[in-house]
Amino acid sequence: MVATPELGTDLLSWANFISQMFNGLVLGVLLALISSGLTIIYGTLGVLNLAHGAMFMLGGYAGYAAYQATGSYTIAVIAGTLFVGIVGIVMERGIIRHFYSRPQEDQILVTFGVGIVFVELVRHFFGSLALNVPAPGWASGITSLGFMIYPTYRLAVVGIVAIALVVLYIVLYRTRLGLIVRAGIEDAGMVDALGIDVYGVFMIVFGIGAMAAGFAGIVNAPVAPITPDIGEAILVQTFVVVVIGGVGSFPGAVLGGLIAGEILSLTSMINPSYSQVMLFAVMTLVLVVSPRGLLGSQGRE
Amino acid sequence: MTMARRSSSLQYWWPDVLTAIGLLVAPYVLPSLGFSQDTMNRILVLGLFGIGFDMLFGYMGLLSFGQSAFFGTGGFVTAYLLTSTGLSSVVLGLLIGTIAAAIVGFLVGLIALRRTGIYFAMITVAIAEVFFFLENSPLSAFTGGENGLPGVPAPTFYLGFTTIKVGSGWSMYGFLAACFLIGMVIARRIMASPIGHIMVAIRDNPLRAAAVGHDVKRYKLLVFVIAAAYGGLAGGLLGVMQGYMPPDAFTFDTSGQLVMQTVIGGLGTLFGPLVGAAIWLYLRDFLQGTLGLGASWKLALGVIFVLLVCFLRRGVIGAFVDLARSLRGKRTADDEEPGVIPEQVVTGLEQSRPMVAARSLSAASDAADPILQTRALSKRYGGLVANDSIDFTVRRGELRGIIGPNGAGKSTFFKMLTCEIQPSSGSIVFNGSDITGFGVTRVCQLGLTKSYQVNQLFSGLSVRENLTIAVVAELRGPFRLDMLHRVENVPGLDERVEEVLTLVNLSRRADVPVSGLAYGEKRRLEIGLALATSPSLLLLDEPLAGMSPQERAETVQLLKSIRQGRTMVVIDHDMDAIFELAEQITVLAEGAVLVEGTPQQIKNNVTVQEAYLGGVHEA
Repeated sequence: MVATPELGTDLLSWANFISQMFNGLVLGVLLALISSGLTIIYGTLGVLNLAHGAMFMLGGYAGYAAYQATGSYTIAVIAGTLFVGIVGIVMERGIIRHFYSRPQEDQILVTFGVGIVFVELVRHFFGSLALNVPAPGWASGITSLGFMIYPTYRLAVVGIVAIALVVLYIVLYRTRLGLIVRAGIEDAGMVDALGIDVYGVFMIVFGIGAMAAGFAGIVNAPVAPITPDIGEAILVQTFVVVVIGGVGSFPGAVLGGLIAGEILSLTSMINPSYSQVMLFAVMTLVLVVSPRGLLGSQGRE
Repeated sequence: MTMARRSSSLQYWWPDVLTAIGLLVAPYVLPSLGFSQDTMNRILVLGLFGIGFDMLFGYMGLLSFGQSAFFGTGGFVTAYLLTSTGLSSVVLGLLIGTIAAAIVGFLVGLIALRRTGIYFAMITVAIAEVFFFLENSPLSAFTGGENGLPGVPAPTFYLGFTTIKVGSGWSMYGFLAACFLIGMVIARRIMASPIGHIMVAIRDNPLRAAAVGHDVKRYKLLVFVIAAAYGGLAGGLLGVMQGYMPPDAFTFDTSGQLVMQTVIGGLGTLFGPLVGAAIWLYLRDFLQGTLGLGASWKLALGVIFVLLVCFLRRGVIGAFVDLARSLRGKRTADDEEPGVIPEQVVTGLEQSRPMVAARSLSAASDAADPILQTRALSKRYGGLVANDSIDFTVRRGELRGIIGPNGAGKSTFFKMLTCEIQPSSGSIVFNGSDITGFGVTRVCQLGLTKSYQVNQLFSGLSVRENLTIAVVAELRGPFRLDMLHRVENVPGLDERVEEVLTLVNLSRRADVPVSGLAYGEKRRLEIGLALATSPSLLLLDEPLAGMSPQERAETVQLLKSIRQGRTMVVIDHDMDAIFELAEQITVLAEGAVLVEGTPQQIKNNVTVQEAYLGGVHEA
C-alpha cells in the first residue's frame, strides 16, 4: 500500500534503515487503526467483516470527492470518515443484523459480497484509474530531521493516526459505551441479560469500526494513490495483524499493526518481493507458539 | 445430505450416468442458448475446481478463501513441466501438477487447520496472498512473473489405430468433460464412503465426532488435501485449455469467485460449482455483451450474490431441491407425523438385550479387578479448585452412581475421565494403562466414552445416520483411508446400528431427522451414540436431566437393560433413580469425595444430608 521509499537511497545505509523504520511506523499505525476497527467489530458482534477493506477504500474515495468539491483536506478527512461511518451503520441495520443468528460462514459470505458490491460501485462511478489526493499545504514538502530528510506528510500521518488511536482508546476504556463494548467482547449474552440494548451498541460499534477504516483510508490517500482495489491488500494485511495480535484485542491490534508495519518495511529494504512472505512467516510463528495471538483473550472463537 | 441406505448399485450409479449423458448432450443444446465453446470449457474447469472446494466447505464446513494457492500451484507446475522441460505427456504433467498441489495443500493445511472458523478463513486468505507474491517475483524465473507461461500444449492420445489430437474445437471440450466426469465420479465415491459421512458429522458437531472416536484433525487435513488436489488439476487444465497459464490464477479474486460460484450454485451438492460457474459466466457475457454494461457486470453479480446469501442460502440447486421436496412433501407429510406413533413401552426391551457386546470384557477377568482408577486427580482453574485430589476406583461390571450438590465438580470429573480436559495433576488408569492426556478420541477408541449432559447430536442427520457415525468409528478405528468404499459395505455396520436402535427404542424413528425428535427421544439418542461405540466403560452425565416422570421411568429401564456386560458410572440429581440403579454410590462435594457406600449407607449418612442441606445448621 504505502509506496516503497524513493528517498534515502543516496544516503548512508543506516539513514536508509532509519527511513525504512519510519515508513514501517507509518504503515504500522495505519494498520493498527484499521485492525482495531476490524477487531472491535469482531469482538463485540462476533462478525468478521470482509468488507472492512472496502470501508478503507470507501474512506479514500469519499474523501477524494469531498476534496474535489471543497479543496480542503480537513473537510475531506471529516467527510470521508463520517460517510464511511454512515455506510457502516446502514450496513449493520440493513444486512448484518439479520445474520447474527446465522452461521459464522454466512456472515463471512455476506460481508464478502457486500465488499465486492462497494468496490464495483466505486469502480462504476470513479473508474479503475488511480486517483490522487494531495497532502495539505501545511504538511507538504519534506522535513529535515537533522540526520535525514523525510516527507512531512508521512510524519503528520503518524501523528494524526496516533491521535485517532488515542481517541479510540478513550472511547473504549474511558466511556460507558466502551465499558459495554469491552464487556460485550467478554460475554455478549451477559450484557444482553443485564438489560442493555446490545443491538443498539452493535450498531454503534459497527459504525465506529467502519469509521476507523474509513479514516485510515482518507489519511492514507495522499501517501498512496487510491484505486478501487486498494482495500483488498489492506484486508489481507489486517487479517495477519489480527491473527498476530489476537482477535478481539484492541492492544493486540495496535501491537500487531506496528509489528506488521515494520516487518513489511524492513524486509522490503532488503528485497521487496519477500515482504509479504516474511509477514506470513511471522504469523505462522505466532500461531505455532501462541495460537491465540500475542494478546488474545480467552473470549470468542 | 441424504444417506441412501441399501441403495442398489443402479441407484448408486445413475447420477454418474446422468452426468455423462448431460456432458454429451450439452454441446448440442447450450450453444443455441448463447454459451460459446470457450465458455463451456471454462465452466468445466471451474466446476472441477469447485468439486474439491464444495467437499471442504459445503460438506465439511471449512470456508477457505485460499483455494487459488492450489489452483495456481497445479497450473504453474503443469505448465512449467510442459513448456520448459522435456516432458511431452500432458496427462503426466497434469498428474504431477495435481500431486504438487496436494503436497502444498498438506503443508498449508498443517498451519491453517490449527484454527477453525474465522481464523481459518483469515489464515487461508493470508497464505493464498503469499503464493501470489511468490509466483510474481521470487519464482518468476519459473512462472514467467507477470507474463505467465505461454505455449502450454494440448494432449495427444495414441489409440493404436488412430491418433486424437486435442486442440481447438470440440475435442478440448471432450477432454475437459472426461476429466470432469472422472473427478465427479471419484468425489461421489468419497461422499458415499465412511469418510463422506464423517465429513458431514464434523461440520455438524466436531466435538462429538471426535468424542465418538474419529480423528477429526486428520480427516480435516485429508479433505483439505483432496480439495487442493482438485484445485491443482483444474489449474493445470486451465493452462492446457488456453494454451497459456495466466498469473492471475493465484489472485484472491480466483478464490473469491470460486466461493461465490459455489454458493450461487448450491453448497453441499458437488454440482453447485458447475451450475454456479455456468450462471456466472453466462451472466458475465450477457451483461457485458448484450446489455452493454461493460465493467459493471461484476457489480450486478455481487448484488445477486448478496441477495442469494440473504434469501436463498442453499443456492440454485438447493432451491430446486426444496421446491421438489415441498411439492412431494404435501403428499407424504402425514405419514411421518412426529408424536403420532405411540411410544413403545420400554419394558419390552429386556428380551432384545445385550447384542451390542461391550468389547474387551473377558468373562474370565476377575470381577473385582478395577477397570478405572484415578489417583489424586485435581483440576484447578486459577484459584478455583474444581476437583481436589480425587481417588476413585470402579470395578469391572459395576454400576456406580455419583451424586453431589450443584458445583460439586461432577461434570469436571467426567470431562477429565474422558480426557476432554487435561487434569492439573494426578493420573487416570483405564484397563491397566495410564490414559492421562490421551485425548477424547483415543480414549473412546479404547472403550471409554460418555453421554453428554447437554445433547451433543449431529443435528442435521437422521437417527440412523447419527448412530452410523458412531458405529463406523468403532468398526474402522480413528482414521482410515477407505475413500472409495461404500459405507454400507463396512462389515457389521447394519447389524450394530439396528442393535443400538432397538436398544434405545428408536427403531421406528430411525429415518427421522434429529430436529424431528421429541426431547426424550433426543436424550435416548444421546445415550445411543455413546452405546454405539461399544464402550466397556460408559459414563452417563445426567441422563435423566429435563425428562418427564414417564420418560425418567423409561430411561431408568433402558439403563438397567444396557448394563449387562458393561461397566457404567452415572451422574444424576434424581436420587430415587440413582438409589434404584447403583450398587455403589460416590458422593462429591466441593470438588472432593465426601463419602462412598451402598445406597442404604448413603441415605442414612449424616454428612451427606448436611452437604445437601448445608445451610440448615448455620442458619
